[in-house]
Amino acid sequence: MNALVVLPVALPLGAAGLSYALNRYPRFQRVLGVATLTTVLGLAIALLVNVQANGVLVKAIGNWTGPIGITLAADLFSVIILVVSMVVLLAVLVYAIGSPRTSSEARFFYPTYLILTAGIALSLLTADLFNLFVAFEIMLSASYVLITLGGSRDQIRHGTTYVIINLLASMLFITAIGITYAAAGTVNMADLAVKLGDISPAIRDALGALFLLVFGIKAAIFPLFFWLPDSYPTAPAPVTAIFAGLLTKVGVYAIIRTQTLLFPSDGPSTLILVLAGLTMVVGVLGAIAQNDIKRILSFHIISQIGYMIMGLGLFTIAALAGAIFYIVHHILVKTALFLVGGLVEHTMGTSRLRRLGGMVHRAPFIAALFLIPALSLAGIPPLSGFLAKLTLVQAGLEINQFLIVGVSLAVSLLTLFSMIKVWSGVFWGTPDPAAPPGEDVGTGRLVFPRLMVLPTAALVLLTLVFVVAAEPLYRISEHAAITLLDPTLYIEAVLGR
Amino acid sequence: MTFVLITTVALLYGVGAYLIMARNLLHIVIGLGLIAHGANLLLLLAGGAPGSPPLVGAEAARIADPLPQAMALTAIVITFGITAFLLAMAYRSWILHGDDVVEDDIDDRRIARQAPSKDDS
Repeated sequence: MNALVVLPVALPLGAAGLSYALNRYPRFQRVLGVATLTTVLGLAIALLVNVQANGVLVKAIGNWTGPIGITLAADLFSVIILVVSMVVLLAVLVYAIGSPRTSSEARFFYPTYLILTAGIALSLLTADLFNLFVAFEIMLSASYVLITLGGSRDQIRHGTTYVIINLLASMLFITAIGITYAAAGTVNMADLAVKLGDISPAIRDALGALFLLVFGIKAAIFPLFFWLPDSYPTAPAPVTAIFAGLLTKVGVYAIIRTQTLLFPSDGPSTLILVLAGLTMVVGVLGAIAQNDIKRILSFHIISQIGYMIMGLGLFTIAALAGAIFYIVHHILVKTALFLVGGLVEHTMGTSRLRRLGGMVHRAPFIAALFLIPALSLAGIPPLSGFLAKLTLVQAGLEINQFLIVGVSLAVSLLTLFSMIKVWSGVFWGTPDPAAPPGEDVGTGRLVFPRLMVLPTAALVLLTLVFVVAAEPLYRISEHAAITLLDPTLYIEAVLGR
Repeated sequence: MTFVLITTVALLYGVGAYLIMARNLLHIVIGLGLIAHGANLLLLLAGGAPGSPPLVGAEAARIADPLPQAMALTAIVITFGITAFLLAMAYRSWILHGDDVVEDDIDDRRIARQAPSKDDS
């Protein structure tokens, strides 16, 4: 049963090797990729059911039990994120298969994509700090390749910044691990949770801040977000969508995991709440100033990260449940929005607002696919964003944190404003008389590749299912939050007591 | 001995941080390499006092802690790979642009274009 914890990591890695070895057979690569991700999605759901029934599942690699060996542990929080990640990874893979690209690029896209999957799964499942570093590197190395695949001018220019920033963050990560080991003599997270309690509070706080800095760079929180809006939009649409939906959220996952397990605070943390508020405000103000769909959406990622961090900063069960709820909503909605952005760019040949317009007349279905997640992002009832924000706002009001609640509501309004800006720029107005590259010459209708529309529509549909299934989903999130705030079960399971 | 090593770590971080602030990619890569060396040395230092090789049968009290060494080894391999990738990017940048200068943020450039130039005032 416990082997279930290893498979989401091992399976994509093995498939990646096979996919690379057989890179001359693109059709085989496609089938292999979809089959692997479908299987892993199935496994992740099985894990979710299992963890919910039996509690934390643990597997010691090579039967070297903790704290010396590498331990993988699946608790409810990691498994929830794992399931959503796999859903999104599968949808984007189908989208990528449908989007035209040169065959030489595609050959290396599939194996790299599978390695990215393995890296994400390992980051979510590991219970060892150094192993978390390795997992991040697997994920990031794959992302370096994906962001520069094709090697165009823009990609190299902005990819360079991306790689440098992340490499520097990784160096800080090693530094933090080194100091942790010197202070506590272990890197197993459960063991650390016990032993960090004994060391001097000053060193503990310094370590907590150092880890917040490291993961803050990866998650793009204020003031460490500057690399994101430049590097994300240059990659091909499916790559940008998966980066936007998942990579920063893995950083958020790591922040929540370390701050709840290793450096728990007694109540609301002012530092984290201030960071959360500033992240929201600066992100949304950045978005308002932009004139390109992909750049607007990229700034919104930053703004949305603020909400998740806000849930952590409030540090109550309801707030953490809200944060988990928010992450799930955000991954689905953000990926869907970027996929629609990719569709628009593919068919119209540009993503600049000034050169687009009138798409609501020519492609009403695509307009609807954009409108639903866009309104959801802004928090319009009854969509998923409304529910997610409602849980966070309620959690904030419960413990009288009025300032952050006020900020989060004002930011929602600004989010709506910039979404309307995209809507009026792309979908309203008069169409450009010049024929876009995606127009069918005979009929004059806009053509969207079916394999690109299908996964986008599926994700939008899922955000609607999210609304209907909100009650049980919230229950699971709450359950996960309870386990996060009372880590004894996690610690006992990992240390095998 | 430890004091010398600690000073070395500090020096490597310092020089590395200085080099990262340069404009051309090669300096940045060397700077990151130096910081990586510093970090690996720090990992090694975290293992505590030096001792005899941790082989099976050795006296447990006198052996060196093998765990940080294993971690440093892993970290070296990872930074080596990514540094190689960065160098490949620098080369690609040199082919495309004829230089390897890291450019400004898009918005920074936009604002710089809108600001009145010094000649106007």
